[in-house]
Parts: sequence; C-alpha cells; structure tokens
Amino acid sequence: MIKLTNVSKAYPKGGLALKDISFHLAKGEFAFLTGHSGAGKSTVLRLIYADERPTSGEVRVSGFNVAELKSREIPMLRRRLGIVFQDFRLLEDRTAEENVAFALEVTGARRSAIPARVMRVLTQVGLAAKAQAYPRELSGGEQQRVAIARALVNEPTVFLADEPTGNLDERATRGIFQLLRDINASGTAVLMASHDLDLVRQASYRVIELQEGALVYDSAVDDSGDRAASP
Amino acid sequence: MNLVAREALLAFRRAPLLSALSVTTIAFSLFVVGLFGLVAINLQRALANVAERVEVVAYVLPGTPIEASALALKDIEAFPEVQSATYVSEDQALARARAELAEFQDVFRELERNPLPASIEVKLKPGYRDVAHVNAVAERLRGFGFVEDVRFGRDWVEKLDRLRQIAAAVGLVVGAAFAAVAIIIIGTTIRMAVLQRSREIAIMRLVGATDGFIRRPFLLQGAIKGMLGGLVAIGLSYGAYTLITRYLLQAAFFSRPQALAIVGFGMVIGFLGSALSVGRHLRRV
Ligand SMILES: Nc1ncnc2c1ncn2[C@@H]1O[C@H](COP(=O)(O)OP(=O)(O)OP(=O)(O)O)[C@@H](O)[C@H]1O
Ligand SMILES: [Mg+2]
Repeated sequence: MIKLTNVSKAYPKGGLALKDISFHLAKGEFAFLTGHSGAGKSTVLRLIYADERPTSGEVRVSGFNVAELKSREIPMLRRRLGIVFQDFRLLEDRTAEENVAFALEVTGARRSAIPARVMRVLTQVGLAAKAQAYPRELSGGEQQRVAIARALVNEPTVFLADEPTGNLDERATRGIFQLLRDINASGTAVLMASHDLDLVRQASYRVIELQEGALVYDSAVDDSGDRAASP
Repeated sequence: MNLVAREALLAFRRAPLLSALSVTTIAFSLFVVGLFGLVAINLQRALANVAERVEVVAYVLPGTPIEASALALKDIEAFPEVQSATYVSEDQALARARAELAEFQDVFRELERNPLPASIEVKLKPGYRDVAHVNAVAERLRGFGFVEDVRFGRDWVEKLDRLRQIAAAVGLVVGAAFAAVAIIIIGTTIRMAVLQRSREIAIMRLVGATDGFIRRPFLLQGAIKGMLGGLVAIGLSYGAYTLITRYLLQAAFFSRPQALAIVGFGMVIGFLGSALSVGRHLRRV
C-alpha cells in the first residue's frame, strides 16, 4: 500500500529532514508515526500525499511512484487518500455538509449521488445532526469529525492523519481515535502521526519512531511484530 | 446550475465587499480609459469636420464649351478618391461672389464683363483628404486640356495632415499608457482575490481537485467582474458625457460597438488577469 525505500528529504532551505527512511505499510494495517517535534513526521506524510517529492529514494503509494508523478496525476493520488490534520482545514464559509460534499464534487462525482453519500459518512462520524452547522459553530472534536467525514467520502484505501488529536482534550481525543480504529477495522490502512505517548501505548498498534529524520524504531521489525514485548 | 458557475457566484456572495471593491476598481480604471476614448473620438470627429472642407478647384479656360466640361465631370467623378465633382459656371461664380462678399457689392456692379472663370469643384472621399491624395488628384486635373489652373489650400492641407499625425501619435501613446495602467490595476485587484482564497485553494488541492477545476471558477469570476466593471465604466462615461454636453460643448458619445469594445476589454482583462494570477499561484504552491 505504502512503501518507502531509502528515502531522504532535504528542504531547499534547511538541512536533511529525513535520512534514509524505509518502511512498508500493508493493506489494512494501522501504524503510529511518532517522534519529537521536528523529527520529520509531517514530512513523511507530505511525501506520501505528494505535497513534497523525495530528494532520493522511492515513495510508492497504492501504485503511484511519487518521485516520478506528473503534477496532473497528483489529484488522482490524493483521491485515493483520506487526509486529516491537527488544524482540521475546513472551509470556513461552508457548512459541514458542504465541506464534505466539496471533496466529492472535486472528483466529478455524479451530482444526484452526492447528498446520500455525504449523509452516510456524516452519520458514520456521528455528526448527522450538525450537517447544517458551520465550522465556527462546532467544537474542535466535531470539526475534526467533519474533516474525517470529508476524508472518508471518497472511500480511500489509505488514511493519513497528522496529529489529528493535537488540538483536542482527552475525551475528544478518545472519540477521534476510536473513529480511526473503526475506519481501520473496515479495511482501510491508517498512518497516524502523533506524539501523544499515552495514546500510542494504550493501543497495540505498530509504532514507527523517528528521531531527527532517522527511523530509529519500528515495532514491526524490531519486535518481529510482537508489540507486547516493546517498552 | 453548473458547478463552475455556482462556485464563481458563491465567491461573490462570500466576499461581497472584496468583490464590490474589485468591480469598482475595474470600473474606474476602465472609466479613465473611456474618458480618454471620448476625447479621442471627439477630437477625431472635429478633425474630420475640418477635413470635409478639403477641396480641389480646377479653373476652366475661358471659352471652353460647357459640353466638354460636362464630359470631363463624369471622368472626374469616376476617380477613386473623388466623392463629388460640381461644375460652377461663370455666372454662378459671380452670383456666389456677390452673395458672399456683400461689402464689395459696388465693385461687382460696376463690372461690365464677368472676370470670374468657370470651375470644377472636387470634393474627396473621407480617408483621401490628405496631401498625397490631394496632390494626385490635382495632378490629374491639370492633365485636362481645358483646365487653366488647379488650386487647393496646400499649406492648410499640410497642417491638417500634421495635426492628424500628432493626434494619432499622442492618442496611441496616451491610450496605450491608460490601457496599461488599467491592466495593471485590474490584474492587482484580481491577484488580491486569488490570494484571499489561497487557503481555500490549498484545501481544494488536498482533497484532489485538479488545477483546471480550481482555475475555472476564477476565470469565470474574473470575466464577470471585468464585464460588470466595463458596464459601470460605460455608465460613468455617459454621466460625464451628459455633463459635458450640458455645460461645456456638444460632443459625441461612443457608438454601440465602441461601448461593447470597452466592456469586452474589461472582460478580456478580467479573464486573462485571473488566468495569470491563478496560474502563477498554482505553479508556486
Ligand atoms: N517547508 C520547509 N522548509 C524547510 N524546512 C522544513 C520545512 N518543513 C519542515 N522543515 C524542517 O524539516 C524538519 C522536520 O519537520 P516536520 O514538520 O516533518 O516535523 P514533525 O515531526 O512533523 O514535527 P511536529 O511534531 O512539530 O509537527 C524540521 O527540522 C523542520 O524545520
Ligand atoms: Mg508535524
């Protein structure tokens, strides 16, 4: 599904953000991407959704080779992905429903099919009742649910989350995390960047840890898949 | 409604102030161009009025039979430059002189013989009223055997020529400068609209919108703004024109095609300005 092979990334201004990273995320797998601030978590995700290109190495995402992707193929890649961020990134002047519908309209989906698909994902994230609300009328947790619904509406094969709970309190965090687990349980691969160690520990998912741009720990490799033995 | 049209209209509704501001800016830029255009077309009209008086007169040798002149008249009228050719007999010339020069009544009365020759007055078509064509016609008139002399106000026609050249050059330079300023101002306005929505553009890209999908509503919106600005500019120009004709002088307004050209100019700048701004923005981020 996602395969990084000896990936390095140097930003035009600044040093090496990633150094020789390799990992493989299988179909339907769930993995945490952890590390201190500035370790390169967001950079890994950016490479995966082709916001940046690797300086060297290979990034493959559901059949696409990011390094060689033509810029007009990038939208096609993104439609296979669901992406959420710490800051939600909703369109402020559209309702929850319109925000979700927008991701469908962009793909040229059949107009008549849009409302039903939008309501289905809003129901899935538990926000059907607030479909007509604008982002400013929603709590942080609710806004993140809208963002998740938007990411789900195109039925992605991979779900990327960059510190999705970074702005939320504990209760909302648990709610969002549970949603991501449900999404994963229905067969979608999830890669979630987080430095919330409590969250990472309480779940027995794979952990990939970065430190100053280098991959220093991968539970799937280092513990031969046995999470219980890891610290 | 079409998705592109809906997104373009939504942008007006979501940012009414900025939209109104850009339409106003475009309107005033085009208004300046329009005012200049009004001055130009009125100047041109005034010059054309003056040029109407350009005339070549061929004086006929005394004693030439009128039939010969009448025959020549047909030939002259067939010249490509000639609008009309009129035969003025000796008697008509005298009558006209008497009427026009009333102060010299006595001089004319005392004449025992008409001293004025018959003549052929040739008017040229618009577009041929310049030195080169006037000279060519005069030369050909001299070729007729019965023509004694050919006159036209050479100095005057030359001055008119120069005036026209100056007007054209100034018009071109000033017009181009005004148009350039309008293009720059409108381009900047549209760029602001794009920048204001850069967050939205980033989100559109994130969910997989193609550049074309992002661009199209902007193009439509730019064209609509340009068109609205153009219409308002025509309205403002008409207001200015009404004031000028009421208090200053009789002037001409744009013809319908000219007015449409201004609106079209606005639309094209709005469209191209958007294409440029969005294109640059999309390439950069
Ligand atoms: N656009 C950029 N230009 C230059 N350097 C950048 C850019 N984006 C990130 N970096 C650098 O790359 C390194 C990794 O950044 P990244 O955002 O991937 O870290 P992160 O692990 O997501 O951190 P955080 O937990 O704070 O979000 C940092 O040193 C950062 O300064
Ligand atoms: Mg980050």
